[in-house]
Amino acid sequence: MLEAPVVIAVSLIYLGLLFAVAWWGDERADQKRSLIANPTIYALSMAVYCTTWTFYGSVGRAAVSGIGFLPVYLGPTLVMALCWFLLLKMIRIVKANRITSIADFISSRYGKSHVLGGLVTVIAVVGIIPYIALQLKAVSSSVSLLLSYPEIVMPNHSATMSVAADISFYIALILAAFTIVFGTRHLDATERHEGMVAAIALESSVKLVAFLAVGVYVTYGMYDGFGDIFERVNASPELLRLTTAIPSGKGYTGWFSLIVLSAMALLFLPRQFQVAVVENVNEAHLKRAAWLFPLYLLLINVFVLPIALGGLLHFVGQDVDADTFVLTLPMSQRHEGLTLLVFIGGLSAATGMVIVETIALSTMACNDLVMPLLIRHKRVAFDESRDLSRLLLGIRRGAIVVILLLGYLYFRLAGEAYALVAIGLISFSAVAQFAPAMIGGMYWRGGTRDGALAGLSAGFLVWAYTLLLPSFAKSGWLPDDFLTQGLFGIELLRPQQLFGLTGFDEIAHCLFWSFLANIGAYVGFSLLRPPTAAEATQATVFVDALKDAGPVGAALWRGRAKVSDLQELVARFLGPARAQALFTAYARRRGVASGVMPEADAQLVQFAESLLAGAIGSASARVMVASVAKEEPLSIDEVMHILDEASQLRTYSRELERKSRELTAATLDLQEANQRLQELDRVKDDIMSSVTHELRTPLTSIRAFSELLRDDPRMHLADRERFLGLIVSEAERLTRLINQTLDLAKIESGRADWNGCELNLKEVVEQSVAATSQLFREKEAHVELDLPDNLPLILADRDRLIQVMLNLLSNAVKFLAPGSGRVKVMLCLLADGLEVSVADNGPGIRPEDQQLIFEKFRQVGDTMTAKPSGTGLGLPISRRIVEHFGGRLWVESVPGEGATFRFTLPFAPVQEQALAQVAAA
Amino acid sequence: MHRRVLASDRLIAAFLFGCVLFNYPVLSLFDRHTTVLSIPLVYAYIFFAWVVVIAVMAWAIERHFK
Repeated sequence: MLEAPVVIAVSLIYLGLLFAVAWWGDERADQKRSLIANPTIYALSMAVYCTTWTFYGSVGRAAVSGIGFLPVYLGPTLVMALCWFLLLKMIRIVKANRITSIADFISSRYGKSHVLGGLVTVIAVVGIIPYIALQLKAVSSSVSLLLSYPEIVMPNHSATMSVAADISFYIALILAAFTIVFGTRHLDATERHEGMVAAIALESSVKLVAFLAVGVYVTYGMYDGFGDIFERVNASPELLRLTTAIPSGKGYTGWFSLIVLSAMALLFLPRQFQVAVVENVNEAHLKRAAWLFPLYLLLINVFVLPIALGGLLHFVGQDVDADTFVLTLPMSQRHEGLTLLVFIGGLSAATGMVIVETIALSTMACNDLVMPLLIRHKRVAFDESRDLSRLLLGIRRGAIVVILLLGYLYFRLAGEAYALVAIGLISFSAVAQFAPAMIGGMYWRGGTRDGALAGLSAGFLVWAYTLLLPSFAKSGWLPDDFLTQGLFGIELLRPQQLFGLTGFDEIAHCLFWSFLANIGAYVGFSLLRPPTAAEATQATVFVDALKDAGPVGAALWRGRAKVSDLQELVARFLGPARAQALFTAYARRRGVASGVMPEADAQLVQFAESLLAGAIGSASARVMVASVAKEEPLSIDEVMHILDEASQLRTYSRELERKSRELTAATLDLQEANQRLQELDRVKDDIMSSVTHELRTPLTSIRAFSELLRDDPRMHLADRERFLGLIVSEAERLTRLINQTLDLAKIESGRADWNGCELNLKEVVEQSVAATSQLFREKEAHVELDLPDNLPLILADRDRLIQVMLNLLSNAVKFLAPGSGRVKVMLCLLADGLEVSVADNGPGIRPEDQQLIFEKFRQVGDTMTAKPSGTGLGLPISRRIVEHFGGRLWVESVPGEGATFRFTLPFAPVQEQALAQVAAA
Repeated sequence: MHRRVLASDRLIAAFLFGCVLFNYPVLSLFDRHTTVLSIPLVYAYIFFAWVVVIAVMAWAIERHFK
């Protein structure tokens, strides 16, 4: 079933499916029901990082250098830990300025410079071409392998083969056509391609599934698991070498440089910038991607080493390139279904990379290379009034074809001399050159256009000399004398031992020299002169991107422009209908009827410029807007003044915010205090009314008896004595009431005197029982004590505690039936303190009253029949005393069976330590 | 605000931690001819450390950037 027509049909069906998904994604985007507004899809789209390099090349790399294939996945994992800083800032900058590519980013940062944008584009295109060649090489060899099935014949691309007979040429053309339909169907103001992202996410899933399938098949189908493969490897010293970290024995510099390189590639590869930054629909998606994308990398690498070792074991003595093991292993087992799945997985990996990369590169080439040239030389904007959006699309399509053909050319020239991964690393080293200008631009205000130009040029030249040219020389397209003898025969200039530096592999060597030149020139040239007005403005926009700076750009524009001119200009690049719609929407947002404003203000000019920037790049947009507006150039002093003002304003507003926060806090405090006061006031009123009420009762009886005594002089002596006794006892009650009220008020206001000391609770209880023994005798009640010895001490005020005990005991006695009363006083040890209980066999307390009795002046019981015999303050006071010492006082009761009052008190702190020590010992 | 700072610090810590785990000299400590469950030590170590770093990142970012 693996004949050519089947393979071609399956490939075309698969590409058709991708196209359908992309079309659907674009439809949904137009309906504002985005398909890709999902963090998992965002994370999967970032997995476009894994190309055929990963799919086929990792195994080839592992077959030579063991786990040496891993650092290019560890670097991205580490950099994702910083995504919340780096990527977030890039996303904010890109969205605020409608930046569409990495070239636009750098050019915009350093004063919207055309030259810089062009240079970045050239570096990106030249640097990425080997990478595209890698995809062509992988796909064409997988196709050739399939076509020779069931034989396994290594594809042989001889340089003499005619282009027309070369299968990879047609693959390049098909990919170009596919990318054109995919990415340049319409021109978008923000250069976002939702459908493409959806298709890329699908491809990422397909390649992962395909790779895991072949991994499981090789590991568990052809061999008996990981253990089996590694055991067989043990027999061969040559293979055993591959299970160490550094099989080459060259030390760890190569390993380290790959981690650094891949970390930067993840941020600065044009396609990664496209999917991670430009196509990001929601910053919050970064959260999921931060760990899901590294997890994807981990999964796709689990089976790489087993496949490599399995292949080396299986094809021992045969001429089979390790880069093809993923495909040739299932082929050798005649497993046709799996072979086809692997082929589709590889096709996914290649098409995903090629589509996104060439779209990103073609946008750059159009906006930062071709447009500036057209504007400068042909005066497009002035001479022609036709709709230019078709021209833009045409330029982009042309760029896609040119880039793919250049990739094919590199593949023909140098593709055979290198393994897949080695080709990819050449590209990684090229894009890493963007790092100083990008990162410096986001965090350092001092970087200038001159610095960026010098740094990029120096880094690029060193890269070309130490890595690109040698790759041509090694494949025989350049004389290789300069490799061995140095340029012009000067030994110090040997490209891969520059100035005599040895001991590094070629990647680490290139990384060291190119970064030295790049960073050195960037910093050095930046420090030669102060930033210009435009550079200072953009530096502020970029460096302060995460602060809420407000529209800095608009504050820095001064001039006059007509709304109609601006709209006409935008219409020329985006089409009249789109322009009309965008301007109307903008006017509505600003609350102005469309067409009312003849004169554009700075914000509208800024808006028009950002629309244009999305279509033709920020540098060209600047030139175009300047062509229709009468601008007054600002001097650097004015710019600095405005920026200073803006930053002062920010400082003021921060200060203001801080003050207002403090004020709010103070207001809250005041409100709370006020509430507390009102509460206290209410409590005081309550007490006053209760107290006056309670005072009146005894006073009334005293007055009544006194009047009786006064009005009846002939009263019997016995009656007289009885009434006088009542007056005395009522007066005593009055005194007690007043004392307790004062006491409670003191406790509640926190002015009570507490004499806390460590004391033995048993003594306190015994003393209290002794003091109340008379009461019990009067009622003929029986008191039972259960007080164990040697209990720990507690911290409390002795007199206050006796007050509590007396209260509980006298309460108990009060409700006992005469003659049959029993009261049991118990003391027991808890985990963190002591508990005292006073249980009686009186009438008990109804459940609904059990809380009430702890409220002030609440006496339960039938007040109609029984004369209240207490003050109603004893229990509230007792509870407050116990709580003051960190304890708890409560009642348990079943009506008819008596009531049990319990309170707990914690151990004295020292005692607690002593106990802990005892327990530990 | 405070939580965000904490989560940011955790991510930076995860980054530095990963840099140490995946590089010389810590890596070289595991580069010896021993096996864990018949898997070469250095291979098992890298994947284990990788899982740990990813787990820390997931924990820091999902839990605290609510």
